[in-house]
Amino acid sequence: MAKLFKGHKVGYLFVLPWIIGFITFTAYPIFYSLYLSFFQVTITAVGIDSNFLGAINYLEIFAMDVEYLAKLLDFFMEIMISTPLIVILALLIALLLNQPLPTRGFFRTIFFLPVIISSGPVLEKLIELEVTSIPTLRSYQFYQLLTVSRGFLVIDLIIYIIDHTIILLWLSGVQILIFIAALQKVDQQIYEAARIDGASIWEIFWKITLPNLFPMILVNIIYTVVMYSVTILNPIIDYIRYHMFRIETGFGYASALSWLYFIIITVVLLLLTSLFIFFEKKTSRR
Amino acid sequence: MGFSLRKLKRIFLGMSGTDGFFIKLLIYAVLVGIGFVFLYPLLYMLATSFKDLEDLLNASVHWIPTKYYSGNYERALVVLNFWQMLLQTLFVTLIPAGVQTLVASFIGYGFARYEFKGKRVLLILVLTTFVIPPPVLIIPRYILFNSLGILDSIAAYVLPAVLGQGLNSAIFILIFYQTFKTLPKALEEAAQLDGAGHFKIFFKIAIPMAASAYLVTFLFSFVWYWNETYLAAIYFGNNLTTLPLQLQRFVDSYNRLFVTQGGIAETNLNEGIEMAGTLLTIIPLLVVYFIMQRWFVEGVDRTGITGE
Repeated sequence: MAKLFKGHKVGYLFVLPWIIGFITFTAYPIFYSLYLSFFQVTITAVGIDSNFLGAINYLEIFAMDVEYLAKLLDFFMEIMISTPLIVILALLIALLLNQPLPTRGFFRTIFFLPVIISSGPVLEKLIELEVTSIPTLRSYQFYQLLTVSRGFLVIDLIIYIIDHTIILLWLSGVQILIFIAALQKVDQQIYEAARIDGASIWEIFWKITLPNLFPMILVNIIYTVVMYSVTILNPIIDYIRYHMFRIETGFGYASALSWLYFIIITVVLLLLTSLFIFFEKKTSRR
Repeated sequence: MGFSLRKLKRIFLGMSGTDGFFIKLLIYAVLVGIGFVFLYPLLYMLATSFKDLEDLLNASVHWIPTKYYSGNYERALVVLNFWQMLLQTLFVTLIPAGVQTLVASFIGYGFARYEFKGKRVLLILVLTTFVIPPPVLIIPRYILFNSLGILDSIAAYVLPAVLGQGLNSAIFILIFYQTFKTLPKALEEAAQLDGAGHFKIFFKIAIPMAASAYLVTFLFSFVWYWNETYLAAIYFGNNLTTLPLQLQRFVDSYNRLFVTQGGIAETNLNEGIEMAGTLLTIIPLLVVYFIMQRWFVEGVDRTGITGE
């Protein structure tokens, strides 16, 4: 009978594989890669040969590696723009799909398709052959007009959206489903009550729907940033791999590159999360 | 607002905001429009892959090729080394996916059904592993795998999966955590009184009750492993290949196979062949998706990611 209550020990037993795995394949590698980033690492036939460099790898990036810095800056701008766009698009599509339409399932199937088939090489091929922006839009006069007045923030943003429509939509599949699931969990009686009180659709959206979705918006922001940062589409990942196997730079330098990338992603996550919390506070005060 | 406007609004927008004729039409128009944007690349691939050189060069042929032409596919099958690579891809995706599913359920069960010291901290750590970008981990893991002698083999995928550190493991652990949390505690207590051990309860009661979570996890895991090329390229070297990796090398392989025979236009790589190759690498996934579509789409809902 006594063994019935030894539950906590059994709990550890179930979680043990994860703890071992976390230490060996995640925690230790993180610190090891930080450690390596301060070394010149060369792989020899006998083993790994490392020379302590101090912060030289990092200094070298900031002083010499203009290409990487430019890539990081591009990535930073892109992800800061794309993430809110993807989340907003996903939210709008989810709101549409949440309507009681008979063909809802069909559209859901289509909207989720990209999640299944968008591997790096497939997306690369599509971008390479220019299938990822809507060509008919590009041939319209107004697009031509827009490109003339490049340089203004708003216009650049619109051009960016047009050029990336398909990619932005393709990256929103999971987010759409997360929003739909959340929408369906909102208590229908609240809507009824609001309608009886004469609230407009607009008011209902801001006062009921949106606040109910806040936690999922946060989840989707994080999900989008993470997925965006691991797609092969972003050139940084390739750049790091290139330096990993390049004899002059090697693992040490590549580790420094990847740590810098890690820091940028953390900054992006913190920035977007705090922006969102700011927005959340503002809307709930309305 | 005026009275007439309100009346007009009622006719077109409907009373509750969803049953108006105008609103419905608008929603459909937008959905069809967005749907087209989603499907456009696929349709384009499909159309282009059946075009022969003449159709490709003919600007008046937009979508439907003038004749049935399967030459692109014949070439692409050879370039990808399709059937052999398909088997190999299935080998390096199904096994890690299966292992990952089983292990994630085991770990998720532990988190969901037991109380122990440090559980909260561990759960938060599980979630943070999701945010760590793979490039940070890949160099030390590469060195580690190298010293373990498991580089260039499927073990480089399976070993982390066995220990709950596979591709997107955090999501799957979370899915099982949510699923197992909803099981009634009484069931377990009854089984315990009957003398069933903890593992017996897990295998005999918990697993059968979470069948849908298993299926969803396995499917997503399979798809994500299939589409993963960054890790695959580094871990597997030249020893193992997957179809997406073959697609990455498509141009090189093509040139090696065909172009050396002479430089005539007919043997040069064209868009049609490339699109055929691209489609071939995703067809297996498309087949799985359309058969199991319900599980993918409802999966996100069903498994309660949105539960808390």
